Amino acid sequence: MALLEVSQLCVEFPTRRGTLRALDNISFGIEPGEILGVVGESGAGKSLTGSAIIGLLEPPGRVASGQIIFDGKRIDNLDQEAMRAIRGRHIGAIFQDPLTTLDPLMSVGKQLIETMQTHLKLSDRDAKARAIQWLEEVGIPAASERVFAYPHQFSGGMRQRVVIALALCAEPRLVIADEPTTALDVSIQAQIITLMRRLAADHGTSIMLVTHDMGVIAETCDRVAVMYAGRIVEIGPVENVVRSPQHPYTEGLMGSIPSLEARVARLRQIDGAMPRLNAIPQGCAFNPRCTKVMDRCREERPDLLPAGTTEAACFLVQGGAR
Amino acid sequence: MFAFILARLLQAIPVLLVVAFISFAMFQFVGDPLVALLGQNFTAEEADRMRHTLGLDQPFLVQYVHFLGRVLQGDFGISYRLARPVGELLAERLPATVELSLTAAVLALLVGVPLGVLTGIKRNAVISRAMMVFSLIGVSLPTFLIGILLILFFAVQLGVLPSYGRGDIVHFSHWTTGFLTSSGRQAVILPAITLGMFQMTLILRLVRSEMLEVMRSDFIKFARARGLTSRAINFNHALSNTLVPVFTIVGLQLGMLIAFSIVTETVFQWPGMGLLLVQSIGNADIPVMSAYLLLIAVVFVTINLVVDLLYFAVDPRLRGGGK
Ligand SMILES: Nc1ncnc2c1ncn2[C@@H]1O[C@H](COP(=O)(O)OP(=O)(O)OP(=O)(O)O)[C@@H](O)[C@H]1O
Ligand code: SF4
Ligand SMILES: [Mg+2]
Repeated sequence: MALLEVSQLCVEFPTRRGTLRALDNISFGIEPGEILGVVGESGAGKSLTGSAIIGLLEPPGRVASGQIIFDGKRIDNLDQEAMRAIRGRHIGAIFQDPLTTLDPLMSVGKQLIETMQTHLKLSDRDAKARAIQWLEEVGIPAASERVFAYPHQFSGGMRQRVVIALALCAEPRLVIADEPTTALDVSIQAQIITLMRRLAADHGTSIMLVTHDMGVIAETCDRVAVMYAGRIVEIGPVENVVRSPQHPYTEGLMGSIPSLEARVARLRQIDGAMPRLNAIPQGCAFNPRCTKVMDRCREERPDLLPAGTTEAACFLVQGGAR
Repeated sequence: MFAFILARLLQAIPVLLVVAFISFAMFQFVGDPLVALLGQNFTAEEADRMRHTLGLDQPFLVQYVHFLGRVLQGDFGISYRLARPVGELLAERLPATVELSLTAAVLALLVGVPLGVLTGIKRNAVISRAMMVFSLIGVSLPTFLIGILLILFFAVQLGVLPSYGRGDIVHFSHWTTGFLTSSGRQAVILPAITLGMFQMTLILRLVRSEMLEVMRSDFIKFARARGLTSRAINFNHALSNTLVPVFTIVGLQLGMLIAFSIVTETVFQWPGMGLLLVQSIGNADIPVMSAYLLLIAVVFVTINLVVDLLYFAVDPRLRGGGK
């Protein structure tokens, strides 16, 4: 059974000029221990998907329909307190910028202890010992001396390691990592990804990894979901999506990657821009930019269906018609 | 740390010199000290002799340096009006003003910070909205009007609190306090509310907007993602980060309280330095005015320094310790 099962999730923002649908019928699952990559242009809805799962959509944003099932239980309709108890304990999160993610006025050890004691029954002494263990595990040198150091006393890369320790310290089974390396030096990015992969393997943690780095996706993930204008346009095992993309948009993204080994820092530019939420075209949202557009694409909306070795939302490839 | 304090003190010197220059210049350009000391009728010889004894025949800059020398020794001259050393007069009045300002500041903090936090956390609740309207009134009503309204209600209508004076006071060598007698404590209530009202509403609004700002920050979002309780988020993370910037303003406001106690002291006939200043202005008592100006400058400089030191205590980023 999948650890996380998102089905037909819609997220909306009521505004004065009508309701904006920011996530439109998103469905995907994450298996225990699996790393799912999520890619897509800026504004595609990647972060919003993460926020919806951990129940931290910024009002007025709200889940309008659909379900989120975690470990067999529905979590999208829980009350605030029940959802709070799940955050950190069962589903952790890692954010983009480690320089702003930590409370500057509280020592890293205290932040770790506070997180663990919120979720686990631990004496002060045990919590401190575990805090030091976690700092060691994420590779902070001289952890026992630096446990009560403040965030500003660590470099950016070290702070992201602390953030990872904070996300994992209550042993959640799923971690949502939203562009965890984007704000870091290129030289450090690989270290952080390697660390996350190792920890996930050691602890059996599943990861939903949002990133712009196709190289990271290719090296790290088991499966990958491609998002466009609030929809998933393609999802499948990473080799298949990278080697033989079915959706024209994915093809565009992958176009510049010659092989799995080659690394491309950013997504390739596709002509045109993703539509704004209030101007998503009828039919296939990608149709104005698609080189293979057909009449049908402007009228009907393609569903996400098996296509070749992946699932894609495109009329061209559906039913194995390729 | 020591270097920092030293640097701050050095920075303060030019400021104080400029203020000293202004207070010195008051003697030169406002009124004629000879008239003040000799009366209206005096001969040219008398005037020359007086000018010589006062050093008024010397070049302007030399006089300024002499003035600085006297000030540094605590000699602020003799009050024209009361014929007593100005230093003595101010020292007598200082405790009343300090006690009033401190009471007002504590009141403003004790009421302003919690209300600011409350309206920040529950920003849409009816009580929060009501508080914001009320605070707008507090910011915009002139101090003297608040004072008069309070007197009208509590002293005249209800007759429960005194409307003027400082009540009975107790002497401790150079200090006098009204805190130890019940009439003293009662007397300070209305003036302290009057003086603190503006600061209180200011602190309320400041804490609220800082709180809203901090609540939007990434580390609060991450604290939520870690599953911390709202209580822990509000008090262990949001409030402490809110108070860092609030400190500066509140510190400076304390200086303002002392400086602007003039109006309140006048309304309540509170025997502090502000009242002394108002009486001195009415009588063109330049030495008192000039010394008051200097004193306020020193108060501001000192408070600035204390606020900076408080930052050290509160914010680990300033305490140093590299990567
Ligand atoms: N409070 C809001 N009100 C209205 N629209 C919003 C709000 N928050 C997000 N959106 C919209 O939701 C869409 C998805 O945003 P999201 O942050 O998930 O994008 P993203 O894929 O994470 O992009 P990036 O790569 O830039 O992080 C965007 O079009 C954004 O404009
Ligand atoms: S459905 Fe049509 S417009 Fe959309 S991607 Fe496929 S071919 Fe292009
Ligand atoms: Mg994002």
